[in-house]
Amino acid sequence: MLGLLEYPLNGEAILAKKRALKKQLLAQEGLVEKKIAILSGSTIGEFKNILEIFLLYRGIKPVFFEGQYGMFFEDAVFSEELRAFAPDIVYFHTSNKNINAFPEPGFSDEEREALLQSEYSRFEKAWQSLSCVIIQNNFEALDYRLMGNMDSIHKNGRNRFIARLNALFGEYQEKHEGFYINDINYLAASFGLDKWHDRTAWYLYKYLCTLPAIPHICDSLSKIIKAIYGKNKKSMAIDLDNTLWGGVIGDDGVSGIALGKESPQGMVYADLQDYIKTLGQMGISLNICSKNEEAAALSGFTHPSSILKKEDFILIKANWEPKSENIASIAKELNIGLDSVVFFDDNPAERQIVRGFIPEVEAPELTEAEDFLRILDRKGYFETIRLMKDDLIRNETYRGNIKRQAQQAAFTDYGEYLRSLAMRCRIEDFGGGNIARVTQLINKTNQFNFTTWRLSEAEVLDLAEDPNRISFSAALEDRFGDNGIVGILSAEIMEDTADISLFLMSCRVFKRDLENVMLQELILRLREKGVKKLIGRYIPTAKNVIIKDFYPKFGFETTEEEGRYVLDIAGYEAKNYAMEIIRK
Amino acid sequence: MTKSEVLEKVQGIIRDHFDDESLDITPETVAADVDDWDSLEHINLITRMEKEFSIRFTMKEAAGFKNVGDMIDTILRKL
Repeated sequence: MLGLLEYPLNGEAILAKKRALKKQLLAQEGLVEKKIAILSGSTIGEFKNILEIFLLYRGIKPVFFEGQYGMFFEDAVFSEELRAFAPDIVYFHTSNKNINAFPEPGFSDEEREALLQSEYSRFEKAWQSLSCVIIQNNFEALDYRLMGNMDSIHKNGRNRFIARLNALFGEYQEKHEGFYINDINYLAASFGLDKWHDRTAWYLYKYLCTLPAIPHICDSLSKIIKAIYGKNKKSMAIDLDNTLWGGVIGDDGVSGIALGKESPQGMVYADLQDYIKTLGQMGISLNICSKNEEAAALSGFTHPSSILKKEDFILIKANWEPKSENIASIAKELNIGLDSVVFFDDNPAERQIVRGFIPEVEAPELTEAEDFLRILDRKGYFETIRLMKDDLIRNETYRGNIKRQAQQAAFTDYGEYLRSLAMRCRIEDFGGGNIARVTQLINKTNQFNFTTWRLSEAEVLDLAEDPNRISFSAALEDRFGDNGIVGILSAEIMEDTADISLFLMSCRVFKRDLENVMLQELILRLREKGVKKLIGRYIPTAKNVIIKDFYPKFGFETTEEEGRYVLDIAGYEAKNYAMEIIRK
Repeated sequence: MTKSEVLEKVQGIIRDHFDDESLDITPETVAADVDDWDSLEHINLITRMEKEFSIRFTMKEAAGFKNVGDMIDTILRKL
């Protein structure tokens, strides 16, 4: 039944089965609780129930605050109840129904710009009253065009006015971290404007759209929210024959496969390759998982119309081993969880086997090649909420790691290998330019994370300004490339004791001594301040078992409280690590 | 469809919607007779009836049902 919550969504069926869906989803383990306030521009009603189902499906258990009908502005700016609720996320459930006035056909430039500002500034004031993560619906097109085809073009056209408001919302997002747009404008178009706008549902019940569209909005919202909390996929393991091109390369040869503009089937695969290549450019690691001789497999990328090249892939597993084993080794070599991998294969038998052996891996149902692109798109595996420099260079890091592994094989002594990397670590206090990346890392790091303390950007800024804290990020660079910011540490000082409340590191830089360098940096700074004792905690989760014994191995003493460790700062002896440290 | 056939189908939809096979629906049934049948669920049910019978209620009709019998009569007129 949970298949109902996947593309293609059937809104009616989800509404009809909501009770059974909720019951089944509540039985899952390991749900993360989040406080979500829904502020109303129109009826919330069923939105809350269906959003709950989609969030549960994505591993998040929401606790809701429901704003008063139509009072999104008042609640955001004035509500004491909302502040007392202390939401993780505020969602503005608004739509074009919340535009108070449109330009009149004869408005002058001044009149129109004044109206635009007054409609927009109400929203901006509401957003600025809040210090948590905000998700804001944009405005969908109207179901009528007063000026016909001119309505989207004329300065005083209503649909043009809506497009300009949406552009202003977008500009705000560009300048503000922790602010996300739920693009109902696209959702309404994709659903069909005439179906979406249901005037009976509006006049009688004040629903902004027809009921069967509700699950589409909630699905979209839940994808943004899961992305905020680090539940995006990171990697694809992709089959070749009849997945990235038409035909079987081993039988048909390079000239025999369908790829490129010469045939309808070839166009299908060319568009899909373009889509996947661009995912790679956005930081998704692309890998090959194909039953083929490697030479034959790779020859496909020499096809003149092949948009994907061999270099676009991080790992190439073209062999006759079971695909489940190849995928497991891809995850291991990239040092990512199996639940971060999407297996993309046209063959239902292969998908079935992979699901059977490694159920954590997502293996979407693929039927006809012409639908592959849309299926991949609508699944929302890689929902992009922010595209940062660190995302764009991620594949460079993965590639660097492959080279590092080759380098490591040349050394018998691990210390010698580390010295050969010529590592440089840049340590920088929280603030200014690193806040966005620090927040992203805090919310997505699962394995090397001692406290799994998730924070909004506003809360990270609070830490940055707290005079009783030492909070810094660490970036790591070596001869194979720059990883960017990959480590975070924050400790609170209370008199002669400091407590590490935040200590985490990206899985891309395990076993490079960076964690030790960071901890030593903290200890030495604390010693200068006269702090005597350092407390470290290990709060176990399903994913961080790898660091269970880190503190005692580093030299911390165990205490009576399980998972709580203490270090005598005066007795700490600084070590030399093979790393140059640059403090900013 | 006869009136009793429509009633039977309506009963099936209501039972499925509230996940309760023990509900006995008659033309005299009103929302207050069924647990959970509040205004929110009322809207859902009307939308489901439209879908299941492939009909569209006008706004006036949707706003005016006094009991299940009323709704059945309207459905019958539209089939």
